[in-house]
Amino acid sequence: MPEMLKEILKNLVSKPATVNYPFVKPEPLPATRGALSWDMDRCDQCQDCERVCPSMAIKVLPEEKRVEYQPFKCLFCFLCIDNCMQQAISNSTTLTAPGYEKRVEVFEIKKQ
Amino acid sequence: MSSHNTATIQKEYTVFPFGPQHPVLPEPIQLRFTLDEEKIVDVVPQLGYVHRGIERAAELNDYKRNIYLCERVCGICNYIHGMTYCRVIEDLTDTEVPERAKYLRIIWQEMGRLQSHLLWLGLFADAIGFESLFMQIWRDREIILTLNEKTNGHRIHLSTNAIGGARKDIDASLAKEYRKDLELVREKIKVLEPVFYKDKSFRQLTEGKGILPKNQANFMGAVGPTIRGSGIPQDMRTLDPTCKALDFKPVVYESCDSYARTLVRFDEVFQSIELINKALDQMPDGPILNKNEKFPEGTTIVRTEQPRGELIYYVEGNGTNKLSRVKIRTPTGANIPSLVSMLIGHELPDIPVIVHSIDPCISCTERYVQVKKEAS
Ligand code: SF4
Ligand code: SF4
Repeated sequence: MPEMLKEILKNLVSKPATVNYPFVKPEPLPATRGALSWDMDRCDQCQDCERVCPSMAIKVLPEEKRVEYQPFKCLFCFLCIDNCMQQAISNSTTLTAPGYEKRVEVFEIKKQ
Repeated sequence: MSSHNTATIQKEYTVFPFGPQHPVLPEPIQLRFTLDEEKIVDVVPQLGYVHRGIERAAELNDYKRNIYLCERVCGICNYIHGMTYCRVIEDLTDTEVPERAKYLRIIWQEMGRLQSHLLWLGLFADAIGFESLFMQIWRDREIILTLNEKTNGHRIHLSTNAIGGARKDIDASLAKEYRKDLELVREKIKVLEPVFYKDKSFRQLTEGKGILPKNQANFMGAVGPTIRGSGIPQDMRTLDPTCKALDFKPVVYESCDSYARTLVRFDEVFQSIELINKALDQMPDGPILNKNEKFPEGTTIVRTEQPRGELIYYVEGNGTNKLSRVKIRTPTGANIPSLVSMLIGHELPDIPVIVHSIDPCISCTERYVQVKKEAS
């Protein structure tokens, strides 16, 4: 115990090690894996992302020209990003928000 | 005439359930103790509270998707689970892993061990009522988790496994951060050395508790720090040629009690930091991934060392892109018989210390077991 006394006394006067979360938002690191989004101008509906996704969170519907993505199933493994030849999928460092419903995000190709 | 017949006096035993929900052990296992006053005379472990059907799910998935499923067998040693699965598939498909990827695997496997051991040391301190030690260790563990996040974006799940190598490389600037942050962790944990080696109350609570003699440890098939705390240098990393090249020697303590098992883990923290530093120094340049898309028939088995002990993956390929069997044996499953033998003869207040000393991780150990009676 006496060995730890120095640290304990130091803790009395130092700032807390944790972040006061709802009031202070921690800075995300550049590598942080956040929400995914699809750039439908680039996507050629090849379905590669659907084939590699381990949690089957992506559904590509070529007939309807859209991609359905379920963020609540997603593991953020980024296999889809690595495997998309068109580089249509991108990520941000903002973490996906919690929700009451397991929502589905739909990305559609704009009709000309 | 008075008749004394001691045999007719019935001893009263108390049956005391510990778990599946218990403040000192947040793991779904029930240990049913039979107590003579405060002394434990019998223990019956009951599993089956959290069966997840991972092995069955692994038979329905294809080879690559299984990596991410296997990483989720255990939250703490996720990297090693994924790595062991990749290694067993590499053995099955005869894939040569690039030399650099082997070193990367050592680095991340030791990072997993570091954060697991620090987590355990904190939990153990908490179980014996040493709150400030718990807080301090967990605060220092944050450095490791941030380093994980810098590597690949997640604090716990690295997701860097790939069949035939690794998905991510460590470049020079990241390697520099690894060295710097690990040195910081080493300094901070070094400060706690006198607490673990000398502190009187810590020693009183752990020394002589949960004795597992050497021959008993061998007989019960103990693994990991549990068997190394009983003086047997059994460590699956000694089978790995890359680890051998880094002069790896298992940490062994001879006193066979909870104290020895704590010290094994405490010393392994420094050993892991040293291994990572050596691996960063000796890592050759070159490719990190060797793709091989084969789906052969056959069976393979791979053993690796997890923070908690030996991990076994056994797979059966059937020529399609799905496996017909994936068998996972996690270390806690192997350590439960030893835990039962450790507990008998000890007192009720020692239960938390002894149960924690094997570092139980029940949720990854739950399997469906069918015991067939041989016809005599
Ligand atoms: S892999 Fe890329 S291009 Fe193909 S469907 Fe997915 S997002 Fe579109
Ligand atoms: S990040 Fe992984 S889990 Fe999420 S959608 Fe992409 S492939 Fe699927």
